[in-house]
Amino acid sequence: MLRCTDLHRYLGQGEGRVHVLRGVSFAAERGQVYAIVGPSGCGKSTLLYLLGLLDQPDQGRIEINGQVMSNSDDLARTAARGAHIGFVFQFHFLMLEFTALENVMMPMRKLGRLSAEAMKARAHSLLDAVGLGAKTHRLGTQLSGGEQQRVAVARALANQPTILLADEPTGNLDVKNSALVFDLLTRLAKEQGQAVVLVTHNPEIAERCDVTRPMRDGMFV
Amino acid sequence: MSPNLRIAYRFLTAKKRAMFMSLACTILGVGLFIVTQATTSGFQSFFIKVILGINGAIRIEDKIQDTMRSMAAVGASDSYFSHREGVKYIEGVEEPQRVADALREFPNVRGISAVVSGGVQVSSAFKTENSPQLMGIVLEDHLRVSDLGEQIISGSLDEFRQTPRGVLVGRVLADRLQLTRGDTVNIAARGQSSRFKVAGIYETGYREVDKVNVYMHMSEARSLLKKPSGATFLQIGLHDASRAPADAARMVAVLRHKATSWQEREVTWLAVFQALRYSTMITVSVFTLIASLAMFNTLAMIVIEKTKDIAILRSMGYERKDITQIFLWQAGIVLAIGAAIGALFGRVVTWAVGQIPLPINGIFKTDHFIVIVDPNHYVAAIGTALVMVMVASLIPARRAARLEPGDIVRGTAQ
Ligand SMILES: Nc1ncnc2c1ncn2[C@@H]1O[C@H](COP(=O)(O)OP(=O)(O)OP(=O)(O)O)[C@@H](O)[C@H]1O
Ligand SMILES: [Mg+2]
Repeated sequence: MLRCTDLHRYLGQGEGRVHVLRGVSFAAERGQVYAIVGPSGCGKSTLLYLLGLLDQPDQGRIEINGQVMSNSDDLARTAARGAHIGFVFQFHFLMLEFTALENVMMPMRKLGRLSAEAMKARAHSLLDAVGLGAKTHRLGTQLSGGEQQRVAVARALANQPTILLADEPTGNLDVKNSALVFDLLTRLAKEQGQAVVLVTHNPEIAERCDVTRPMRDGMFV
Repeated sequence: MSPNLRIAYRFLTAKKRAMFMSLACTILGVGLFIVTQATTSGFQSFFIKVILGINGAIRIEDKIQDTMRSMAAVGASDSYFSHREGVKYIEGVEEPQRVADALREFPNVRGISAVVSGGVQVSSAFKTENSPQLMGIVLEDHLRVSDLGEQIISGSLDEFRQTPRGVLVGRVLADRLQLTRGDTVNIAARGQSSRFKVAGIYETGYREVDKVNVYMHMSEARSLLKKPSGATFLQIGLHDASRAPADAARMVAVLRHKATSWQEREVTWLAVFQALRYSTMITVSVFTLIASLAMFNTLAMIVIEKTKDIAILRSMGYERKDITQIFLWQAGIVLAIGAAIGALFGRVVTWAVGQIPLPINGIFKTDHFIVIVDPNHYVAAIGTALVMVMVASLIPARRAARLEPGDIVRGTAQ
């Protein structure tokens, strides 16, 4: 499903060049929920960007559904992102000029698989699932940080991706909503066979995942 | 609505104020382009109407003498001469009737008027003028190739028609000689003078003509100028005057006479009008240039402000091409609004300018601004704005598309 081997990534330039990822290998299977844990700055987000095809490794290979994506061109990686990957960013979540509903519909509109009506219905049900059924017409600016984060989770699920990558999807959430989002993600993994990879600092959440991979200084330990 | 257009529209509405400069300049650029073209081409086409009304579309004169090749061998000086001149002419049209018959075969020819012309001296009780040019015409023929009928400002055509020894005098000449309708003038040529009656005064607005041309019935002119046969030139009216150069060229080939189109005859003034059109076009395009610079600026700003949105869009599967489109659409929306309002603004100002009083006399006579409304001007105005603004927008739009989502989310995008 998702497999990477011996990933290396350097960041920064000249003097400030840092060897952020030092040979990471990882595989995620259908229907499993993975937690990547580790201290701040160990390279979790960097790894997730590589797995999400938002960034390219300096060395190593990434396979998605059996296809090598690490050195494919921009168009192929973009298409894979749209069709197979759902991504939840760690910090910025929404396009703020758009309503929650429009944000969730955005990836569907690009993929264009559903009719306008079906897109709308699906967006509504996803927002319901993250507990925001009553705020679908709020603009991004009119939602709290945690609400924005939940809309971002709903949006990442919009195109029914086979792989969901979430960078601290419960970081801004209270216990109740953390559980809501986490339950949603695990239920999808079990019911629809998605591979879910999430980065978390929350030990309780990590505990409940199928696999926990601790990371330190750019390597799994 | 396509997703990209929808996103472009939303980005734009969040930045209405920043877009205002570009919109305002697009409106001014398009509007003023239309206005200046309406006036310059208004005057130009009015000038063309005036000169066609005076001298017709084509003038045929001077038979071409077929020079023999053997002439080149006669002597060095002769061969030089004939080489330099190319062709030799025999003055005038010897057999106007035969030429006219041949001309009637040209489908574009609307009318033919044979004119007998020569320099005369015109004297009134007050003064004598030495430069007038006598034009002996057959009135009905000449009315078909000129606007003489509409140029009479005193007296009438009927009066001229019914007065065998009547003449039509231009307004400027009449003023100089202090002539009014019904006065008697002495017209002298080749040492012989006769008395004629001023049957009417005409005004073309073209000062050089109104000062010089004196129209007289053909038979009187022939006896005064002692030209019993032939014509000085034939004036031709065309159905489609714009085709005059091509027709003139064919006439030269077929008739073996010199044929001059109005475009060739008035080349100096036409060049002046053309230069005026282009120079105003360039001046006014400065607004469009500012519009495109402002657009460049605003889009570059939006690209910087929206980098995170670009990263989000790219993460969801939007391609580089989509990002370029989103930014070009923003320029497109501003352009569409600017073009629509600009065209309307141009039309209204064109109308208003047409009401401005402006007495002009010299190469034509008018008492107000002359404007013409031509869809081509609107197309050219909008086309110029479209090209300039779109070219300026392409740079920020492509820059936005080149941004790497990974760089954006780490904050190292540049
Ligand atoms: N542009 C850059 N140039 C140099 N070093 C960078 C750059 N961006 C990130 N880093 C470094 O890369 C390392 C990994 O960063 P990353 O964002 O992956 O950490 P993280 O594990 O996600 O941390 P957190 O839990 O705080 O989100 C950090 O040590 C950071 O300082
Ligand atoms: Mg991180």
